[in-house]
Amino acid sequence: MIQVRNLKKTFGPKVAVGGVTFKVEKGEVLGFLGPNGAGKSTTMRMITGFIPPTGGEAIIGGFNIVEHPIEAKRLMGYLPENAPSYADMTVAGFLGFAAELRGLSGSAKKKAVDRAVEMCFLENVLHQSVETLSKGYRHRTCFAQSIIHDPEVLILDEPTDGLDPNQKHEVRTLIRKMGQSKAIIFSTHILEEVEAVCSRAIIIDRGVIVANGTPAELKARSPQAGAITLRLSGGEPTGGVKAVRSKIESLSAVEQVNVISDSPLTLRVFARKNNASAELAAALSDLASKERWQITELHAEEGRLDEVFRNITLPDTKSGGKENQ
Amino acid sequence: MKPILTITKRELTGYFASPVAFVFIVIFLMLSGFFTFMVGGFFERGQASLESFFAWHPWLYLFLVPAVGMRMWSEERRLGTLELLLTMPVTPWQAILGKFFAAWLVVALALGLTFPIWLTVNYLGNPDNGIILAGYLGSFLMGGAYLSITAMTSAMTRNQVVAFIVSVVLSLFLILAGYPPVTNLLTAWASPLLVDAIAAFSVMTHFESIQKGVIDSRDILYFLSVIVFSLFTTGVIVRTHRAG
Ligand SMILES: Nc1ncnc2c1ncn2[C@@H]1O[C@H](COP(=O)(O)OP(=O)(O)OP(=O)(O)O)[C@@H](O)[C@H]1O
Ligand SMILES: [Mg+2]
Repeated sequence: MIQVRNLKKTFGPKVAVGGVTFKVEKGEVLGFLGPNGAGKSTTMRMITGFIPPTGGEAIIGGFNIVEHPIEAKRLMGYLPENAPSYADMTVAGFLGFAAELRGLSGSAKKKAVDRAVEMCFLENVLHQSVETLSKGYRHRTCFAQSIIHDPEVLILDEPTDGLDPNQKHEVRTLIRKMGQSKAIIFSTHILEEVEAVCSRAIIIDRGVIVANGTPAELKARSPQAGAITLRLSGGEPTGGVKAVRSKIESLSAVEQVNVISDSPLTLRVFARKNNASAELAAALSDLASKERWQITELHAEEGRLDEVFRNITLPDTKSGGKENQ
Repeated sequence: MKPILTITKRELTGYFASPVAFVFIVIFLMLSGFFTFMVGGFFERGQASLESFFAWHPWLYLFLVPAVGMRMWSEERRLGTLELLLTMPVTPWQAILGKFFAAWLVVALALGLTFPIWLTVNYLGNPDNGIILAGYLGSFLMGGAYLSITAMTSAMTRNQVVAFIVSVVLSLFLILAGYPPVTNLLTAWASPLLVDAIAAFSVMTHFESIQKGVIDSRDILYFLSVIVFSLFTTGVIVRTHRAG
């Protein structure tokens, strides 16, 4: 549905987006991650046809956004960053305007507005003017605008920004549900959101894609991923922490053991080989029953997205990033 | 066509939801009444015509029309709604025309509401209503010309004050190029041919000739070409200068 090839944007000497390529099919929700100033919004603006790319192309449902902008835009709903809306209109008026620009009129328009209002919980503020709304409601109003024509493609720039926890949850649920039948790209700084909603995530840094995969694949890139956390109960095991540690270290599958806490004794055990956590867990539980240690917890670490994110993007941020003008 | 109408409708609700349209209309009516009757010597002239009424329009519009039009694009930029508008399935042309027509309608409405003056002259005497109609047409076209210039300056900046000032200066230029005190001054330096050529670019020249009751297609063409040129430039600006 969305095909982005080598998309580039430079502002004067500054490279905002340095050639990104990816694809999003129907039924996919693509999470767009990256530090501030990485080029997420700029990429979305090019895909939605707001700013022309310096190079490369974006094709939406077969229509090139530069060559056939109207056809491509018809297929898309877009929530820009900061959720702009006409301050002097009422919520109902604004949504009606959006619906009309999308070519809806009469009862189809009314139905579309009602549906969007219901999905975004705007009933209470329908006749209030946009400028008197709270930030979260303004955000929801603009979100409602993006889904008013039930588009096949949705581009959402930080859709949960400024929403309360309940609304964040609602919007995530909504995105996940819509993701079954649409192609969705959304950007966020909240990593749990990626795990909760996305079928795939892209991390973009300084205008280039530095990681692209399912949330599980990305998490597996964490150094912790696959390590086993082991917690023992009861009093001091025979020989103390040191003895336990050296016994575990002597197992052939073990690469390294870190003590996380002394009491209750908690250890993180890293496997020698990749993807060997099951084998390692078995070896550990064998050892524990032999030594009569009481295991209260034994689980494989999944790895953490925030760690992966930091590992991938931190070196660049340290060296000054691009926000150094 | 439909998107133009939708945008015009939205702009009109914008004008009437804010005080802009009301303030413009009220001030325009008050000032035109004041200038016509107090300064223009409407009664002293003792003739049944609206000459003293129309004569002030180039100057009234100079400040009032940019005040109406300055928000046209600046506001969209400032609020970020430009991003919304230009990612809708509408062409920049439709957006430009929709906005322009809405503002022009506000000007037309203000002009239309001066009808009591027209009733007054008809009550007091027997004016040539053909000439008056031509005057209204000329005034309407001149308002459109100023407005298109304001649309252009408004597209350049997110700051309404800057848009206002630049369009006042540009419009003033269009007035002065054919304003008799200025052209008289110029004839001392330049050949009359050149002065006439410059004056041909002035709204004054064309507005005055329409006001005399002769609707020359060249005068109409002049106003229309100012509008087309300015709106075309607006289109170029909007398209090349979207973000930021
Ligand atoms: N109109 C513009 N003129 C000049 N530079 C720009 C313009 N728009 C964006 N940039 C620059 O492009 C880079 C990418 O900006 P962008 O808004 O895409 O970042 P982002 O990933 O969305 O960041 P955030 O997480 O803060 O929203 C930044 O360095 C920014 O300063
Ligand atoms: Mg952004």
